[in-house]
Amino acid sequence: MGFSTTLTVNGVKRTIALDDPRVTLLDLLRERLELTGTKKGCDRGQCGACTVILDGRRINSCLALAISHDGADVLTIEGVARGDRLHPVQEAFLTHDGLQCGFCTPGQIMSAIGLIQEAQAGDDPERVREGMSGNLCRCSAYLGITEAVLEAQKVLDTASQREVA
Amino acid sequence: MKTFDYVKPATVKDAIAAASEPGAAYLAAGTNLLDLMKGGIARPGRLVDISHLPDLDQIEDLPDGSVRIGALVRNADLAHDPSFARRFPVIAEALLSGASAQLRNAATVGGNLLQRTRCAYFYDVASACNKRDPGAGCDARGGDNRLHAILGWSERCIATHPSDFCVPLVAFDAVVEVDGKKGRREIPLDKFHLLPGDTPERESALEPGEMIVAVRLPAEATTFAAHGRYLKVRERTSYAFAVVSAAAALRIADGTIAQARLALGGVAPKPWRAREAEAILAGKRPDAALFRRAAEVALAGAKPSGDNGFKIELARRIVARAFTLAAAGTPARVPALPASPFAAVSGDVIHA
Repeated sequence: MGFSTTLTVNGVKRTIALDDPRVTLLDLLRERLELTGTKKGCDRGQCGACTVILDGRRINSCLALAISHDGADVLTIEGVARGDRLHPVQEAFLTHDGLQCGFCTPGQIMSAIGLIQEAQAGDDPERVREGMSGNLCRCSAYLGITEAVLEAQKVLDTASQREVA
Repeated sequence: MKTFDYVKPATVKDAIAAASEPGAAYLAAGTNLLDLMKGGIARPGRLVDISHLPDLDQIEDLPDGSVRIGALVRNADLAHDPSFARRFPVIAEALLSGASAQLRNAATVGGNLLQRTRCAYFYDVASACNKRDPGAGCDARGGDNRLHAILGWSERCIATHPSDFCVPLVAFDAVVEVDGKKGRREIPLDKFHLLPGDTPERESALEPGEMIVAVRLPAEATTFAAHGRYLKVRERTSYAFAVVSAAAALRIADGTIAQARLALGGVAPKPWRAREAEAILAGKRPDAALFRRAAEVALAGAKPSGDNGFKIELARRIVARAFTLAAAGTPARVPALPASPFAAVSGDVIHA
């Protein structure tokens, strides 16, 4: 039985034929759209490596069926930079060594973008750590990750204040 | 994952018709169901996708002062709804102590109630499990069972219900609204989850095809807002299920407890209301010795189901601590580490 799903991925509308309803959003991104920046870690919603922003909210793409999200808007790591200009969260991860091997980094960055949009953590490192606890880092770069999130948030706050002014 | 038919009905009525076939399961966010399907624990022949049904994602104030939460409201949206969190701070804290931000952004209210146990033997299809395969036996008995039930368990099943959200819900007399082929009906949450007895595969009072459409909290639940806490002991600081948790709330008038509410999580096959403990608190002045007595009453029927006798004393201490913190006043904002017994409680308290 044939299905199809239409998604707006990083600003581009894509209609994808699915031969099987079991395809997760993660597998669709990686295997059908060749967007391999989103990583498959545990594939069971435990590690956060597959985090993407779906309709404005960070979620685990391994626990979402592609077919269930027909019409949705998806932002992945491939869609956050503007040409050669990195996203402020990407810049901050570089500045603060928020990574070592890099496997969890796309998920960390997408989760951080989601956390900053949610605006619940403020400048409290403990709230940032709690808010990022769904993203595991086996190299344990957590210190740098927390610093990066806090700095990126400051940069983005300043930028949005400038926009308002 | 076993393959399945996928249907996406446009109305609740069509969804119920589609899900009344044997082997059908409802799909909302899928944060628990897809995980179970990947592991071969759940093997539905048909998925009825209800995630886009209209009108089930609202938080409504009803004329009688009760609050109605649609089954598709996301856990994060409920916890962060300012009006809801102000009136139900214990529920907001419980929600925020569960899972991760990504999962809370997806997981729904109805799905939270229906999530399956995290017993490792239930998850491991090579193990015997009466819940997964009725009559197969229970490898958790005599296995690694330090996190298993101390209340309400049976010889057939010693698994616990994993929800944080359900613990304050049952303390505050939440009612589950369900819809099915025979029409709408209401089930008090305390009667919604079933004890395992000889049929641990039957976990809820839902009939085949019945669907949760909303959870309702009575107006009286808001009268506990000034003195309530949810406390949860985990094996790591964040993103872990409860070893033991407690929702404790007091209505205090003129320095005396007018009424108390208590429920425990992580200790039983269902969210565990402790009415007898509540009763001994009414009419007394709050103090540590009284709360310890209430904790002893709450755990009076507890017995280990394996290497988990430590959970009985742990639960007593968490109950006493939760009441002590509740008496001191609900924090004006959910602590940075929600429900953590190790979090410093500082700053303002709510003046409801």
